[in-house]
Amino acid sequence: MKPTLTAVALLLASTSLASAEGQLQLFNWGNYTSPELLSKFEAETGIKVTVTDYDSNETALAKVEAGGHGFDLVVPSATHVPIWIEKGLVQELDLSKIPNHANIAPEWMTVDYDPGRKYSIPWQWGSTGMAVNQTVYSGDINTSAIFLDPPPELVGKVNVTPEMGDVVALATMYMGGQPCSEDGELMKKVRDKLLEAKPKWLSMDYGMTEKMAANDVMASLYWNGAIFRARLENPDVKYGYPKEGFILWMDQVMLLKDAQNVEEAYQFLNFIAQPENAGLISSFARYANGISGSEPFMPEDMKDAPEIVVPAELADKGVFLKTCTGKAQEYITAIWTELQK
Amino acid sequence: MTKRPFSVARLPGFTGTAIAVFLALYLPIVILVVYSFNKGNSVAVWQGLSLDWYAKAWANTAVKEATVRSLIIAVSAALISTAAATMAALGTTRRKAFKGQTFIYVMINQPLMVPEIVTAVALLIFFAWIKVTTGIQGLGYLIAAHSAFCIPFAYLPIRARLEGMDLSLETAAADLYASPWATFRRVTLPLLAPGIIAGAMLAFVISLDDVVITEFVKSGGQDTLPTFMLGQLRRQLTPEINAISSVLLLLTVLLLTAFFLLTKRQDH
Amino acid sequence: MHSLEERANNRSARNGWFLSTPALVILTFAAVGPLFIMLVYSFLEAGQYGNVEWAFSTDGWVATLFTRDIFDDTVSLADAHLTIFWRSVKLSLLTTALTFAVGFPTAWFIATRPPKARALWLFLITIPFWTNLLIRTFAINEIIRTEGVLNTVLKKLGLIETPLQIIYTDTAVLIGMTYVYLPLMVLPLFAAIDRFDMRLLEACYDLYASRWRALTRVIVPIVKPGIVAGSILVFIPSLGAYVTPRILGGGKNMMIGNFIELQFGQGRNWPLGAALSVVLLVIVATALLFYVRAVNREVRHD
Repeated sequence: MKPTLTAVALLLASTSLASAEGQLQLFNWGNYTSPELLSKFEAETGIKVTVTDYDSNETALAKVEAGGHGFDLVVPSATHVPIWIEKGLVQELDLSKIPNHANIAPEWMTVDYDPGRKYSIPWQWGSTGMAVNQTVYSGDINTSAIFLDPPPELVGKVNVTPEMGDVVALATMYMGGQPCSEDGELMKKVRDKLLEAKPKWLSMDYGMTEKMAANDVMASLYWNGAIFRARLENPDVKYGYPKEGFILWMDQVMLLKDAQNVEEAYQFLNFIAQPENAGLISSFARYANGISGSEPFMPEDMKDAPEIVVPAELADKGVFLKTCTGKAQEYITAIWTELQK
Repeated sequence: MTKRPFSVARLPGFTGTAIAVFLALYLPIVILVVYSFNKGNSVAVWQGLSLDWYAKAWANTAVKEATVRSLIIAVSAALISTAAATMAALGTTRRKAFKGQTFIYVMINQPLMVPEIVTAVALLIFFAWIKVTTGIQGLGYLIAAHSAFCIPFAYLPIRARLEGMDLSLETAAADLYASPWATFRRVTLPLLAPGIIAGAMLAFVISLDDVVITEFVKSGGQDTLPTFMLGQLRRQLTPEINAISSVLLLLTVLLLTAFFLLTKRQDH
Repeated sequence: MHSLEERANNRSARNGWFLSTPALVILTFAAVGPLFIMLVYSFLEAGQYGNVEWAFSTDGWVATLFTRDIFDDTVSLADAHLTIFWRSVKLSLLTTALTFAVGFPTAWFIATRPPKARALWLFLITIPFWTNLLIRTFAINEIIRTEGVLNTVLKKLGLIETPLQIIYTDTAVLIGMTYVYLPLMVLPLFAAIDRFDMRLLEACYDLYASRWRALTRVIVPIVKPGIVAGSILVFIPSLGAYVTPRILGGGKNMMIGNFIELQFGQGRNWPLGAALSVVLLVIVATALLFYVRAVNREVRHD
């Protein structure tokens, strides 16, 4: 009987914990949330934030759309923001509850996927490019050829992170087009190029911060901030901006329609738009954040890091990824399905 | 020792293979434990002895919460599944075959036969639907899912014990006008206890081990230790995971050793 | 007399059903029942961003076998799905064969120890099984990765110059699954060998049989039920394996479990995922049917 009683007691304790006041459920990308940010938030407001990870926009969407998920806030990429709004999964923000909304940098205020930031507060933004370990390859790192036409020394050593939008967009630009192209001829070439390159890849996986640092993978399509952190561990890792075109993206926090802790969520949204707190977010994940005045709160080494400062001659090659629609999206999904097999 | 007596049971190469298998089984676990004492934050390069990662794991509230949640789920699932499995074992053994017995048997063993990923996705859809319609949240869904797939693991040792049990004691009790309930409580249950304990332990460990179904069924803030680790494996890997694993390993070994010694004494 | 016995039987059956009810309810609610959802979903239309549209469609089922090329609209056999299924079946069969090859000598070794030591050896083989599946898979990763234990040792010994690329290959998945599922092979084999009467071997050798002939003609046929049980216990979880291929396989060459999961995530094709799940279930059921028939034949031989 004793274990039964203990179990019941534990169970009751846990359920009362779950319904306690001052709670917040954040559904965010893995390895993306600063622990210092959360403890500072808890110290200031008494609200305890629980973070649950996801690793792709689709996973997050599937879980929330299925319902009964229990999350309050989610952090979709710009490409997916319109989908979340269109599906009615998020609610329009009451801006009067977010005084710090004014701190959003002007260039991030007027974005066309959420004009005037009525639905979202910037979390972080960055680029998708190529990470290379220079002990193996010493040639040009500013090119998508590293994964689409791997040089002999990188064959069988390249990882391609399975982000559908990023991979297909990079390949499209490599073949001379623009992301979301509806040109069938071109997209066919894109598909053939990807299928031709795939046997030369090592893996299609996430978690490259550690794997690049530990020399498990010698090159990878990946995100700048994560590679910044890999480089701090392993100086041989370099980040390149493909001259054929690289990707710019932003992830932002949105309030779910069926959020249970709405007041707490507003406090958090206001909190992260405060420059010093945005600085904390960036100090952890090493991406820029889109909040004016946060730079003084970031580590010194971020100011001139090659992963953050785009070389002047490549600055105009960055393309902000948008939501593709209709035929363009059909092409992307079809290419991706074929590539995954 | 130079010349061994001829033994019929000896087959050439078998002992060597067996020793190699045991070494191979333990090598990864030894490495895992060794690196939990690594000073640096690498799980691959040795940088000196330290207990830092144990301290860090202990200070990590997310890990502690996940561990407690895992234990709550595992204890509940083990209790529920063992109770259900004991009843089912009593209902399906030592009686004349009845209509539908095969059906019950197939149902009980079903979780062993269906690939976990299929059940996981089906449960994600089904439970989400219940959550939306009823608005009820909580750990109950995870406990229900775990109880279900633990039933066959609890059932098998109990059934095995029942089949090997001598009927004469129960018959004797009945002959002495003991009520069926008294017979069960005073005779059958004590005899069955080792099987029930084995079943409950098996269920407990199987629940503690589950990744796939939990990953799909969990709601916000319902990470168990394995799903927490799955999240960690995708990102920065630190010996912290090794430290938690080593502690869990130690606990398991202690628990099993105690059980091993306990049943051994009972047998004598 | 007859009716009395019949009544007793009826009562026995009623009690049997009654006692099994709690288990059946839990299983129906949280294991068997939801599987029907998969069947329903496999006949729905895929939503644009995942999920399903509530409209009847056989697209999911057609897609398991055929693909429509988006560029020239030609329909061809979905050889990719067959490749993935074939890879899963092949890897699972190889895992089964490998666990048997090393598991049989191990089980034999344990079963031929003195009775007291036997329990200890059995205990030793199960301990790794009690540690978390993820931890075990991860520990394997530490050994076979490019700068892992194996490569470092081989390099120090001067046997290799460049590290062996094992991680993220089918070999890595095979090693991982063999390691993870080995106890599932050893335990039933042990149970069968334990019942084996060693005097039969004496008879063999008295009749001048070689050890090999004794093994193939006497031991293997007698312990066959253990071999079949062990093989099934290894084959089924291997076929649906998800964690091991995900961590050790690197996501490039998927097994069916990972491919099904993909359809519910980035693949955005839930009906296809559901249909593939049903196909997987059918394959497993077929394997089990084969198993049950094999066992029944054995029983009849006894």
